[in-house]
Amino acid sequence: MTGSGPSAKARGMTAPAPLSFQDMILKLHAYWSGQGCLILQPYDMRMGAGTFHTATTLRALGPEPWNAAFVQPCRRPTDGRYGENPNRLQHYYQYQVILKPSPDDLQERYLQSLSAIGIDPLLHDIRFVEDDWESPTLGAWGLGWEVWCDGMEVTQFTYFQQMGGFDCKPVAGELTYGLERLALYIQGRDSVYDLAFNTAGVSYGDVFLENEREMSRWNFEVADTDTLFDAFRKAAAECENCLNAELPIPGYEQAIEASHLFNLLQARGVISVQERASYIGRVRDLARGSCEAWIAKNAEGWQARFPGWTA
Amino acid sequence: MDREERRGLAGALSRVDGVSDFLLELLSEEIPARMQAGAREELERLFIRALGDAGVVVDGLTVWSTPRRLALVARGLPARTAAVREEIKGPRDNAPEQALAGFLRKTGLAREDLVARDGVLFAVIEKPGRPLADLLAKTIPPLIRRFAWPKSMRWGAASRGTDSLRWVRPLQGIVALLDGEVVDFTVAGIAAGRMTRGHRFHAPGAISIASPSSYAAQLRAAHVLVDHAERTAIIRDGARAAAAREGLALVEDEGLVVENAGLSEWPVPLLGRFDPAFLEVPAEVIQLTARINQKYFICRDASGALASAFVCTANIMASDGGAVIVEGNRKVLAARLSDARFFWQQDRRHTLAVHAARLSRITFHEKLGTLADKVERVAKLAEWLAREGIVPNCDPALARQAAELCKADLVTEMVGEFPELQGLMGGYYARAEGLPAEVADAICDHYKPVGQGDAVPTAPVTVAVSLADKLDNITHFFLIDEAPTGSKDPFALRRTALGIISLVLHNKLRFRMEVALIQACGDDLEKFEKVFFGELEKRLGAFFADRLKVQQREAGVRHDLIDAVFALGGEDDLVRLLARVRALQSFIATPDGTNLLAGYKRAANMLKKEGFASPLLHTGGRGAEGASPPPASGSGEVAHEPAEIALIVALDEAAPKAEAAVAAEDFEGAMTALAALRAPIDTFFDQVTVNDPDPAKRAARLGLLDRFRAAVHKVADFSLIEG
Repeated sequence: MTGSGPSAKARGMTAPAPLSFQDMILKLHAYWSGQGCLILQPYDMRMGAGTFHTATTLRALGPEPWNAAFVQPCRRPTDGRYGENPNRLQHYYQYQVILKPSPDDLQERYLQSLSAIGIDPLLHDIRFVEDDWESPTLGAWGLGWEVWCDGMEVTQFTYFQQMGGFDCKPVAGELTYGLERLALYIQGRDSVYDLAFNTAGVSYGDVFLENEREMSRWNFEVADTDTLFDAFRKAAAECENCLNAELPIPGYEQAIEASHLFNLLQARGVISVQERASYIGRVRDLARGSCEAWIAKNAEGWQARFPGWTA
Repeated sequence: MDREERRGLAGALSRVDGVSDFLLELLSEEIPARMQAGAREELERLFIRALGDAGVVVDGLTVWSTPRRLALVARGLPARTAAVREEIKGPRDNAPEQALAGFLRKTGLAREDLVARDGVLFAVIEKPGRPLADLLAKTIPPLIRRFAWPKSMRWGAASRGTDSLRWVRPLQGIVALLDGEVVDFTVAGIAAGRMTRGHRFHAPGAISIASPSSYAAQLRAAHVLVDHAERTAIIRDGARAAAAREGLALVEDEGLVVENAGLSEWPVPLLGRFDPAFLEVPAEVIQLTARINQKYFICRDASGALASAFVCTANIMASDGGAVIVEGNRKVLAARLSDARFFWQQDRRHTLAVHAARLSRITFHEKLGTLADKVERVAKLAEWLAREGIVPNCDPALARQAAELCKADLVTEMVGEFPELQGLMGGYYARAEGLPAEVADAICDHYKPVGQGDAVPTAPVTVAVSLADKLDNITHFFLIDEAPTGSKDPFALRRTALGIISLVLHNKLRFRMEVALIQACGDDLEKFEKVFFGELEKRLGAFFADRLKVQQREAGVRHDLIDAVFALGGEDDLVRLLARVRALQSFIATPDGTNLLAGYKRAANMLKKEGFASPLLHTGGRGAEGASPPPASGSGEVAHEPAEIALIVALDEAAPKAEAAVAAEDFEGAMTALAALRAPIDTFFDQVTVNDPDPAKRAARLGLLDRFRAAVHKVADFSLIEG
């Protein structure tokens, strides 16, 4: 697959070179930093989405303002395609922004961030298409859209209504950008592996193609399922151990771990339809328990600073 | 020019009459496309009711929607509401203190304000007329708070508390203008005014609306077509034209037109092409991918084959004419199609038999085992239906093979991604691996018929698998007490029964339902007994009778006649049953039929009144078949009147004739035999007094009427026939 883009040549002559993958991230950091966000670093655990980062999950609870942005590597074992599909990866990056309470001009701020990375809304068709977000494993849901750029979903835009089974008071706005997809647009490429990672000739494929091949094999074919089942049980038990000790953060980390192990077991095809629901329920209980413990630990301080606030 | 003048004049006149126009616009973040039609109805309903409560009749009402706004223009409203006098009935004037206090609290009046009439107290509330602007300022805020969305949300700083406004997505602004004036109110911190916004990208700045009548034109100038009907027309015609320019025909899809109109304020249909290599993927898959995931139309070429083209609908007049947008959409579709092709290739790496082996890991129902268990039951039953000749000309081995593979596609990647392709994909995969065409067709079509109007399979192997699958569902869900109740039918058993009835009648399959249901129980003796001896058969019989009535309603078959035949019991060969019902319906429409029915009812009433215990009749069970034949004639101990003798003779002739005709499935013949009883029964009632003082005579005559009734019951239980 080679980069196409009818305007690639023309652009080379008339416009500055499109942003590399890493420059795009830097632009987003600069933009959201300017919007008053903390620029955080990725959580150092395997997780299915940026929403799992404690900066989103736990911080979405409680009355305190919280504005943060960060890149989170995401693992979706079942999405692996052995490096053969130009758009599907079992490991990719999300750019995550959380703003609590959701500002009244969140849509405008988001659209300006697209301009900041070079997407012209009079050249590209930007749309807000209904997509109610739900994470059964986090016991969370919200209303919002998937944002389409020329028919491609580039961002998940959500107003969190509940997290861990608790009402979000106030509601947080969450933006989740699919960085690879955005880069495909900005760079006019057909395959994620052809993306320019930097401006010195290193491609996304140079960095990740072999990872995709090996990880797909491991996820789908090799991973030892007994080990995974065992690890799932241990993570669940450890979560409970932490919660008994009133340690919501380490407890929540074990919930993240269990969630990822469940995803791996799914990819290995060893969880039946009926079992699936009970595994999801198990992970949800762990996440919910962690959120509950987090609220319990903080409620007093929150109520002191925000009189009248209740969980 | 002439018309302009007249409009100006009319405008001037309405000012004189004090007639006003009102505009309400609720600007929000993007409203889901599927909710917009309902939202328009809700706004219209609430507005008419709110003004109606104040005595204002609204007739010139227009409601529009776009993704970002709901708008309402009401024309010709009165400038003031009329004065209203309302009486509320209260307690009696001697009612206890508490009741009176409650009433006063409710009405906000004092005791001396109440009026007594006939010992009852009334509160009289005079509402003076008031300016319409006041009414609107008072009624619109609760209308907004009460607005019912299918799903609504909280947002922003206000959501820190518990009672912030809920809206479908954050509400951004309110325009409320009565003629040129702002109607003054505030909802959830948003003050109504005249400022709104145009198209998100073409006209992002604020716009000041002058009046209700200028609203649509001002928005049009800001690249917003506020009238949803206009946008649907642009998409419908534009998509068609875009296809036609390429020599293609658009695959029309009105649902998609409406959805796209709900996603754009300035729709621009654009045609794009995708790599023809993707056409190796089944057409249905391409269509679903394009439609569901991307909201694109697809096209066919002159030969009717799927073309490698799509039509998407943009929301902007792009600065480059749309080339970049089309290219972007092409890429997205290519990614989707390459996923579909991946599934298509991946799934075919294994045979359906290999896929089917994985069904043992999937629970069908916790009380009914795995899908593999179900498939084995269906395979046995399909084979049996073929071997017994119930489905004629059907090879039992092919029926078994098709049944064994019919659910295999449920574990394929493609059906995992597109569940609506179940069956269809199995058929494709079966053909791809070279299975017999009958088997592939049976896998493809065995869910059919899905609803009334759906094609009913006729290929023998397909019929056998489809029937076996459905019989298995009905039998086993009834056995675990999951029969439908009221509005609850979680396993769609009513639809399944309709499917069975359609298969049986359409293909004229001859078998007793009871036998098939017993067979469907399989080897389980306990279940077998439950069916054979228990209540189950009766319940299933009634269930099928009900479904048959529904199924035959459109064909004009009377439901009471179906009951009349079903009630005899033992008749559960649906083809025969329906033939019998049809013959009965024709007969009942003739003068002979009508009179015979009248005679029957008279006889039945008389027997009932006399409390006659029939030695002949056992309704509603198999027993009737085994009843001993009635005595051939009068015993001679009692003297008979001529009309009695005539009836005896007629019965002696008609009863065996009717019975024989029924046995030979000659239902017209059976009706003709019954018709012969009409004259004798009429004469009997004319000339014979049943309640003779002589108890022997009376008994003999009642016995004769009972014989007449029994003879009629050879054909149907006439007591259930209406009219």
